[in-house]
Order: sequence, then structure tokens, then C-alpha cells
Amino acid sequence: MTPTTTPQHFSGLGAHLPEHPEHLWRNPEPKRSYDVVIVGGGGHGLATAHYLARNHGITNVAVLEKGWLAGGNMARNTTLIRSNYLWDESAGIYEHALELWEGLEEDLGYPILFSQRGVLNLAHTEQDVRDSVCRVEANRLNGVDAEWLGPDEVAKVCPIVNVSSDIRYPVQGATFQPRAGIAKHDYVAWGFARRADQAGIDLLQHCEVTGFTTDGDRVTGLRTTRGDIACGTVALCAAGHTSVLLDQLGIAAPLQSHPLQALVSELLEPVHPTIVMSNAVHVYVSQAHKGELVMGAGIDAATGYGQRGSFSIIERQMAAAVELFPVFARAHLLRSWAGVVDVTPDASPIIGRTPYDNVVLNCGWGTGGFKATPGLGWCLAHTIAHGEPHPLVAPFGLDRFTTGALVDEHGAAAVAH
Amino acid sequence: MQLIRCPWCGPREETEFHPGGPATVPYPADPAALSDADWARFVFVRPNPKGPSREWWAHSAGCRRWFAAERDTRTHRFTGPMTAGAP
Ligand SMILES: Cc1cc2nc3c(=O)[nH]c(=O)nc-3n(C[C@H](O)[C@H](O)[C@H](O)COP(=O)(O)OP(=O)(O)OC[C@H]3O[C@@H](n4cnc5c(N)ncnc54)[C@H](O)[C@@H]3O)c2cc1C
Ligand SMILES: [Zn+2]
Repeated sequence: MTPTTTPQHFSGLGAHLPEHPEHLWRNPEPKRSYDVVIVGGGGHGLATAHYLARNHGITNVAVLEKGWLAGGNMARNTTLIRSNYLWDESAGIYEHALELWEGLEEDLGYPILFSQRGVLNLAHTEQDVRDSVCRVEANRLNGVDAEWLGPDEVAKVCPIVNVSSDIRYPVQGATFQPRAGIAKHDYVAWGFARRADQAGIDLLQHCEVTGFTTDGDRVTGLRTTRGDIACGTVALCAAGHTSVLLDQLGIAAPLQSHPLQALVSELLEPVHPTIVMSNAVHVYVSQAHKGELVMGAGIDAATGYGQRGSFSIIERQMAAAVELFPVFARAHLLRSWAGVVDVTPDASPIIGRTPYDNVVLNCGWGTGGFKATPGLGWCLAHTIAHGEPHPLVAPFGLDRFTTGALVDEHGAAAVAH
Repeated sequence: MQLIRCPWCGPREETEFHPGGPATVPYPADPAALSDADWARFVFVRPNPKGPSREWWAHSAGCRRWFAAERDTRTHRFTGPMTAGAP
């Protein structure tokens, strides 16, 4: 049967649909060649495109995305933004990102609902307390806002946290970073995409990179599902799928791709004014603008590209959440989902040069790269434009696994997310 | 809940098991001859295939024995025979 329905058929329902809003970006046909080709249209790829145009005037650029724009981890993360990491190298890049977040809405001319409601990282054991106080001091030395709060002060910041001493993992205190916050991840991606598109950069969706052509130590072109594309510089921003691309280039990198899950409750009235993270009991919670509780946990122990994780992780995470927040006991889970995150041995990203002269790498952000989106984009654009790693990303090169200069952010910096 | 078949105990819930990573990384035959780059590769780099993967698993909350298995990382399904001992 051929569809004969016309809009008039619906007029009786009283539905006057508004005009379709303006498209935020074009859907151009791929050109045969670009000065810069960015593989991966997630937050990092789009931010890099924006800053290439904005800071360096480089606009003969394409972003190649195998699915729809920002449908990978950018669409799946829990949007926690903070910079209270332990080591100087991490504080450098994450604090740079946080400063950019603070002016991003204006820069993009687009709402991103950035809300600096602060983050509490709970300590449950004496060792947690020692590590946390140490991290607060390290943060302050790096100009990152940080405070140590006792249990009573924790309850003042977030009254619904159970700070009584007779629970399985009593709250012994918490670090507090007031400038931490959340943002609306889709709006962030769209804001960057819109700006990049306005600058003339081609955002090519459903364009999967399936191989490379090389000449000596240069990559000369990319094979894609929308034809071959020649390139000047290539920037890999493929997050959980980076290993698939590196295998094709014969580059060995210490990445393991794991499922990472998150979930939301039904919509509730505002009950949770801040962000609470607890590494020891493996849960973190914030309340989104619309009212749903957003919760995340840890990765599945086994690797996997399936964009689904084990139910047992969610069960454990819910048990921890209900103990810490007794008021959540009767909330219903609305939906859960998973992304594929690329984890490194020292829980820090890998950014910079590769054995190919004109290929730069950005990966290994694992469970925590959303917060870095503007900072990474800024520094990767600089790295591409100058052919030299930006000083803030220089410590994160692939060669650190050979030199031993790891940036070990495990545990000590409350590393999840 | 996924069921995993232990070669000794039969199918058990996944929470009884622990993944031990790729079963395809032999200890260097001549460690003294390794360069820094070779060591980095041995210590840090592991295969990360999208597709069939040969892996160690331990039935840690059961018989506590190790076995090698093939699993498809796209579907998380165990696809090959489980073998006790060497991969
Ligand atoms: C459940 C969950 C919760 C998280 N919570 C937080 C959080 O609270 N705070 C935080 O800071 N971080 C968080 N993260 C991590 C964060 O989402 C990632 O580190 C970050 O999104 C990675 O950068 P990206 O946005 O560019 O990745 P992605 O959005 O995954 O972008 C990579 C893109 O590359 C594309 N691609 C891959 N291969 C190819 C190819 N061959 N050709 C073309 N395109 C390709 C993919 O389709 C994808 O769109 C979370 C992640 C998950 C899964
Ligand atoms: Zn067994």
C-alpha cells in the first residue's frame, strides 16, 4: 500500500506541529581530500574540529563518524566534570578543561546547561581519609579548589547522604570540589558540531574508516564506507574502538576496551543538590536537570565491545546507592545502558605522536574523558597545528610506557569518571 | 545473568568467575635480551580484538581452577571449547 496520508488527515486531532527547527549542521558529501581528517565524531573529535578553526584558522577539515554524530560514549556518559586529580600532569589538563567549561556556553553561543554544583568524593576507611587529605593538599598546590569535610559538613552539603556510623561503609568524611559540576552532554556535542560546521568543517556521518593507505612513515589516505579520502594529518579520536584502527596501522598501544554502564531513575523532585562519588563502594550519583537520578558504577572486568554490561554490576551499585541514600530505596530504575571505554594501565589517557609522522593519537580516556572534552580539543588542535604536543598533553605520550614515566591516577585520585 | 561453563564444574553464574586476560602472551624466552620497548610491550600491551578472543578465566568462587576459553568480544558469548591448563 502506498502511503496517502497528508497532514490534513491529522488536523482534526488539533496537533499543530511547529516548523522543523533549523538544522545545526549540514550533511555534506565527502570531498576527495582534506588537510586534517579526524576519525571519530564524539565529543573529542568535535571539540578538536572547533578549536582547529577557532584557534588556528584551519578549516579544510573533516570529522568522520561511523554512526550518527556523538552517538558513542558522548551520548552515554554521566557528565561529571571535575579537576581534583592527584598528579600535576592530570591537574594541568583537567583544570585547563574546567576553566574552558566555565566560558564554553559563551564561546559556543549555545546552551550547555553547565551547572557547578560541586562534587563530594567520600572516604570510608582510614586509608581513604589519608589519601583524600593528601589529594586535597595536592589539588591546592595546583590551584584546584579543594576542601576536606568531616561527616557533619558532608551532611550539610548533601543532607540525604547517610552519615551514621552503623552502616557497612560509614562515611568518614569527603573531599569537596565546589567548582565541579555536570552539563548536558548532547548539547555540548551539538554546540561544538554547530560551530565547526559554521566554520566550514565537514561533519561526515555514517562514514566508517575501514583501512588506511600508507607510504613509508606517512598515512596518505583513509578507506571509508563513503569512499577513499586523502589526508594531510590524521587525528584518531575513536575512544573504545581505537584498538581496531591501531591494529590496521600495526601500532601497539596498551588499551583494553571494557563495557561501562550507567542508569537513570524515574523523574523525581529535586532532592540531591550536588554530586556524590564513592570509589570504595562503587557508585556515584547526581540528579539531572529534568529530575532523574543519574548513577554510574565501575567497568565490567572482562573486555567487550557489545555496548552492554553485566547485571551483577548494577545490582551491586544499587545496593551501595541505597545504603548511602536511604531515600532512594523506593525509586524505580527507568533505563540502563552501556558504552565501550578504552582503559590504560595507569588510568591516564594516551595523547600525541605515533610511529607515523602525520598521525596523532587521542585515546585511553577510559571512564573519564567527558570532563576533558574542551581541554583535550584545545590541546589536540594545537598539537595538529604545530606538529608538536601541547605542553599540557606532552606527559601523556605513548612513549611513557617505555620510559616508565607513568601518570598513575588509579585509586589515589578517586579515578572513576 | 550469563552462564559460563567451567570444564570441571559445568555451567555456573558469571559472578563465580574472574577473567584473566588474553591467553596469548607468553613469558619472554630470553628476558635478558629484551630492549626497553620489548619490555613495555610484554608488561603493558595486550591484544584487544573486536571479535574472537582467546582468554584465561578462573572459576574463582567455585573450584578455583584456571582454564582457557574463546569468547567473542562483540557478543560476550563463549564460543570455543574450554580447555583446562594450557591455551
Ligand atoms: C556509562 C559511561 C559513563 C561515563 N561517565 C563519565 C563521566 O561522568 N565523566 C567523564 O568525564 N567521562 C565519563 N565517561 C567517559 C566519556 O564518555 C569518554 O571518555 C569520552 O566520551 C570519550 O571521548 P569521545 O566523546 O570522543 O568518545 P565517543 O563519543 O565514544 O567518540 C568516538 C567516536 O568514534 C567513532 N568511531 C569509532 N571507530 C570509528 C571508525 N572506524 N570510523 C569512524 N568513526 C569511528 C565512534 O562511533 C564514536 O562516535 C563515561 C562513559 C560511559 C560509557
Ligand atoms: Zn569450576
